[in-house]
Amino acid sequence: MTDRDYDVIVIGGGNAALCAALTAREAGASVLLLESAPREWRGGNSQHTRNLRCMHDAPQDVLTEAYPEEEYWQDLLKVTGGLTNEALARLAIRASSTCREWMRRHGVHFQPSLSGTLQLSRTNAFFLGGGKALLNAYYRSAEELGVHIRYESPVDRLELSDGRFVAAYVGAERIAARACVVASGGFESNREWMREAWGQVNGEWPADNFLIRGTRFNMGVLLKFLIGAGADAVADPTQSHCVAIDARAPLYDGGICTRVDSVSLGIVVNKHALRFYDEGEDFWPKRYAIWGRLVAQQPGQIAYSVIDAKAIGRFMPPVFPGEKAATLPELARILGLDAAALVGTVNAYNAACRPGTFDHAVLDDCATSGLTPPKTHWARAIDTAPFYAYPLRPGITFTYLGVKVNEQAAVHFAGRASTNLFAAGEIMAGNVLGKGYTAGVGMTIGTAFGRIAGAQAAAAAIQGEMHAAA
Amino acid sequence: MQPLDLPMRESAQGSAESEVARQMQICNACRYCEGFCAVFPAMTRRLEFGKADVDYLANLCHNCGACLHACQFAPPHEFAVNVPQAMAKVRVQTYADYAWPPALGRLYKHNGLTLALALAAALALFLLLALASNGNLWHQPLAGNFYRVFPHNLMVSMFAPIFLFAVLALGLSVRRFWREISPGDRARDASGAAAAEATRDALALKYLDGGHGLGCNEADDRYTLWRRRFHHFTFYGFLLCFAATSVATLYHYLFGWHAPYALTSLPVLLGTAGGIGLLIGPAGLLWLNIARHPLHGDAAQKPMDRGFIALLLLTSASGLALLAWRDTGAMALLLALHLGAVMALFLTLPYSKFTHGFYRAAALLKWTMEKRQPNRLQLGSE
Repeated sequence: MTDRDYDVIVIGGGNAALCAALTAREAGASVLLLESAPREWRGGNSQHTRNLRCMHDAPQDVLTEAYPEEEYWQDLLKVTGGLTNEALARLAIRASSTCREWMRRHGVHFQPSLSGTLQLSRTNAFFLGGGKALLNAYYRSAEELGVHIRYESPVDRLELSDGRFVAAYVGAERIAARACVVASGGFESNREWMREAWGQVNGEWPADNFLIRGTRFNMGVLLKFLIGAGADAVADPTQSHCVAIDARAPLYDGGICTRVDSVSLGIVVNKHALRFYDEGEDFWPKRYAIWGRLVAQQPGQIAYSVIDAKAIGRFMPPVFPGEKAATLPELARILGLDAAALVGTVNAYNAACRPGTFDHAVLDDCATSGLTPPKTHWARAIDTAPFYAYPLRPGITFTYLGVKVNEQAAVHFAGRASTNLFAAGEIMAGNVLGKGYTAGVGMTIGTAFGRIAGAQAAAAAIQGEMHAAA
Repeated sequence: MQPLDLPMRESAQGSAESEVARQMQICNACRYCEGFCAVFPAMTRRLEFGKADVDYLANLCHNCGACLHACQFAPPHEFAVNVPQAMAKVRVQTYADYAWPPALGRLYKHNGLTLALALAAALALFLLLALASNGNLWHQPLAGNFYRVFPHNLMVSMFAPIFLFAVLALGLSVRRFWREISPGDRARDASGAAAAEATRDALALKYLDGGHGLGCNEADDRYTLWRRRFHHFTFYGFLLCFAATSVATLYHYLFGWHAPYALTSLPVLLGTAGGIGLLIGPAGLLWLNIARHPLHGDAAQKPMDRGFIALLLLTSASGLALLAWRDTGAMALLLALHLGAVMALFLTLPYSKFTHGFYRAAALLKWTMEKRQPNRLQLGSE
């Protein structure tokens, strides 16, 4: 394949990469897509996604009511605590209101929000069958349009000349092109880099205990290369989409089903059987994304969600059965916790629960009094056997450290935008997401910037060709 | 902590049903496939998956393959989720478990052999009968009068008991199945709306549409409506043939009009249309079955699937050939072939792939009844 020159090389194989490749091809460019994973693992973290957060001013097919630009922006501002770029964020938000027709043309189907996700029915359009079905559709469409796709083709480095892309190297193979889109994801699969980023805290290396909720192929090779080559970086390497997942999940690709949704129905204790945060602060859908970091800050990066029989049937069934015991000391023994400490914590909590009317569907009036930290809603005594516990660890979905881009998705070197090197997806999501997360925004960023990068790369390539001809 | 109870790969000694339960535990925590078919919405109404639940869900599954291609936990992932395959393995087990009489359930063990033996025996019987009545398989043209080879009463006395037994055995099997999956719910209590919806879903093969109307998966992650189309040819072709025989029976007993009937008569027109459907449909299904993605369904059941398809093809091909050459000296031979195929088909009807439609229809009815009940679970998620 080295004997042919491509207009555009897309590096990566997830949503952003496919959006870029499809858009560039539609613009008339010849496109080569280089996916590092084998075919059966293709698609990066997009395999595990399920929806797209969409701006809309009126009800639309699978979306209820309205979700105007301003509200979307305020949501993003809130979750990122201001660590965002308003121009780029609004660009992605606006794109989300119009991109679904294009997605449908490439074979993506939408469905109303899944059972148990009513809270997302207004804001998020779900993919029928989830992210892998979306990827399958994009890959089929790309093949039909004549995008060349190579699997098991990890790009190690780029040949750059004064901020311009010249060629990509897959091992010793040099592949030249007129423009390039880098959509190769974050670095969360790279255990060593994660260890280094999080450093040593209280004699521990916290990242050693993290699980990677997503793909095993996001080694951050090109991210590291680009930053090393002088590309401007954005976001903190310890920031990521990080949720508390079942500690028994596999190291990689546990995906959605490793979530544990019982937290707000009981208490969460650390390895010393002590509580450390208000489990009932807000609805779980609004809180799940902070619990990964909370657990990461606990000794041993482990915690346990403890509930009693009253909670069963009130939360999404986790993939791993809860540890179950007839008494709390027995539960402590199974978990390897100090039995007296656990009983003490539960007793103190139970004694602090004020009477109220339990209602998990609203921010109810069941709260603790005189307890630190408090539990401000859904606080009911843990007193009905059998007792259950789910062990929790931080689960990283994707990291936010990325390369700085502008509204054309161009990579910057010392403040100067490259004319033919673009970035899309997780490798630049940190421009918009400095920290925090809100469901479906990763796909919004990937889709919007994937399409921008693809269009820009095609334009750059065709322009370059015209220059060469002139 | 204790060694973990991991939802990983199916253990070697695990039963087909425990494997479905294991996979449903994973699917229930994911739910991305909810829009494809009825299996996943039915799953979300449950937290645990006992034998009755698993048998029900397995027969609700149409093996369309959509969830396999969409699955982030499908092989090579260590969770090794392959719902269509796990369901298929249980499905054939339910045919055996609920068969009536129970002892004959074991005919599903080597179903290809069952069908082959039935066919060999039935062919031999009719060839011998033809020889016995004619002294020769070849004869002077009889103007299509096959009662000259096999008298009407002889055929009725052979086929009526087999047909009635098949109806009885199928009915009792499906009743046992219904009682297991739906304890306390009587099918006759189904609301008109639930019954109508189930009937429509069964007759239209709703759940072969992929949830988006573009069809199911065959060789890869592409969608196609061909399985549904070929199944329609097969099913409605079978019904037309059945109608042809029923009309002819009415002609015979009610009006005293005896076969052979003219090419333009209702029984021959119905039979010809049905026979053509039963050629196109099974041929197409066989082609799809051969080209199907290796991870779809249960490869061990291919003899059952293909044996049944082959028997249908033989029935229709021999029937059409009989019609085409009924005025020649080959009629007796063709008639013996056709009757042999039909007898083998009806003999094995309650113990072949044929039963899947009845279990599927029962599962669809349970689903349309169940979905009208409020969901008792109030689950919230991220």
